[in-house]
Amino acid sequence: MPAAIEVRDVHKRFGEQLALSGIDLEIRQGEFFGLLGPNGAGKTTLISVLAGLARPDRGSARVMGHDVRTDYRAARRSLGVVPQELVFDPFFTVRETLRFQSGYFGVRNNGAWIDEVMRHLDLASKAEVNMRALSGGMKRRVLVAQALVHKPSVIVLDEPTAGVDVELRQALWQFIQRLNRDGHTIVLTTHYLEEAEALCERIAMLKQGRVVALDSTSNLLKRVHHLFLRLRLDGELPGELRPLEHGSTAGAHILRLKGYDDVEQTLAYIRRAGCRIEEMELMQPDLEDAFVDVMQRS
Amino acid sequence: MSGFPTLLYKEVLRFWKVSAQTIGAPALTAVLFLFIFSHVMEGRVRMYDAVPYAAFLVPGLVMMSVLQNAFANSSSSLVQSKMTGNIIFVLLPPLAYWEFFAAYVLAAAARGMVVGAAVLLVTLPFVEIEFRHPLWIVAFAFFASAVLGSLGMIAGIWAEKIDQVAAFQNFFIMPLTFLSGVFYSIHSLPAFWQGLSHFNPFFYMIDGFRYGFFGVSDVHPFRSLAVVTAFLGVVSAITLAMIKSGYRLRH
Repeated sequence: MPAAIEVRDVHKRFGEQLALSGIDLEIRQGEFFGLLGPNGAGKTTLISVLAGLARPDRGSARVMGHDVRTDYRAARRSLGVVPQELVFDPFFTVRETLRFQSGYFGVRNNGAWIDEVMRHLDLASKAEVNMRALSGGMKRRVLVAQALVHKPSVIVLDEPTAGVDVELRQALWQFIQRLNRDGHTIVLTTHYLEEAEALCERIAMLKQGRVVALDSTSNLLKRVHHLFLRLRLDGELPGELRPLEHGSTAGAHILRLKGYDDVEQTLAYIRRAGCRIEEMELMQPDLEDAFVDVMQRS
Repeated sequence: MSGFPTLLYKEVLRFWKVSAQTIGAPALTAVLFLFIFSHVMEGRVRMYDAVPYAAFLVPGLVMMSVLQNAFANSSSSLVQSKMTGNIIFVLLPPLAYWEFFAAYVLAAAARGMVVGAAVLLVTLPFVEIEFRHPLWIVAFAFFASAVLGSLGMIAGIWAEKIDQVAAFQNFFIMPLTFLSGVFYSIHSLPAFWQGLSHFNPFFYMIDGFRYGFFGVSDVHPFRSLAVVTAFLGVVSAITLAMIKSGYRLRH
């Protein structure tokens, strides 16, 4: 069984800027995979290489075993991409847009599936509305629907929830998770790390065009050994604890501790300073902490 | 199944939906040209010894509309799609290079020929005109609009802004059209300009087209057809090479 996505030593330069610098990546069929990284890390360029929108200077990329250059038609048929930019064709209605997109992939008489996709994305009431008249969130839904009309094996979502309300986000993830359960491979880039943590089995982190971490989400979380203690005191934070202060929210201090052993010592300092604890919470590191950790170390 | 029929249909629907602007406006412009030029020139010149000027002018105006609209269709569609970013919708699907090419060119030809037919239709009540060889008329309308559709693709792929398409049209397409004999027979030109006109491929499009109406032309229609189809071959080869290389479409 070929990998859903196989990227080997891909380099891509735009003028002076090196966008991808030797990317190696394999995503198995059926995975829910996250592609994370700061702005300019190369996520969108990598997706463009997979989609045939950008051509690598070196290296190769395959989708479901099909080379994106030499076997581009089969590769593109296997791939559905939700682009990051909110683009649309102002000449057509939602239904026309989806019928055309389906037709471009050679899938005709696809009305039943188009209706189903529209229903899941809550677009049915807008089917006959011109694209120009839709709100930003609705246009985003149409982009998602366009990527799904030909039932691709691999679905790539580049920041699909940017600027989208909570309701759609939940509906969208339920639908995408269902597609994943039905066997579709999902590749996701997002700035909402809690989404990636909740959804992705494995994650690759990119920085300056290189993969700096590639592991299961749980292993990435285990890599972060510190934890956080949120404290609200009735007095000043003792001086000994100031170096540990990571931030503060709504009058509470957030301390970064190396491990559970540090908790006892922290409480001792507070007692010694004569402070009273009004509120206390121990917080496990999340993907954001793992992300910051990886980015700082790489 | 192929994505070609859908892309062709979409491109045709695109101009059909705004037909007042894409068909009505050029037809009106052509009628104004006809009224003004035929009023000024009537009685002063007779073309091919027997044809009144207004009748001579009509096929020229029709062909001019065919050329300009075929060019406008593919060039504006591509440059608008590139500027708004929705070109991605046709770059992501598994369309073969030739399918991409053929869909845009045939849609451009369709617009050119529909506008040409509209211009002909609105001028008919004012001018008596013959249709000696209808097949030549259709053949030249088709091949000429395909050439301009292909040139429109080149302009649309090359241009990054609307201004650049306008420049391509104003500095390349318009001069070649106006100097091709839309408004005159090249036999009325001095020898030097007459000779130079033979290097303008647009001249053969209009001359052959006119032959279909009057059965008279400056050069033999087979020679015109050969030049026009050869030119189409060259322009198509360049366009296909641009699409295949991903020039300004894929980075």
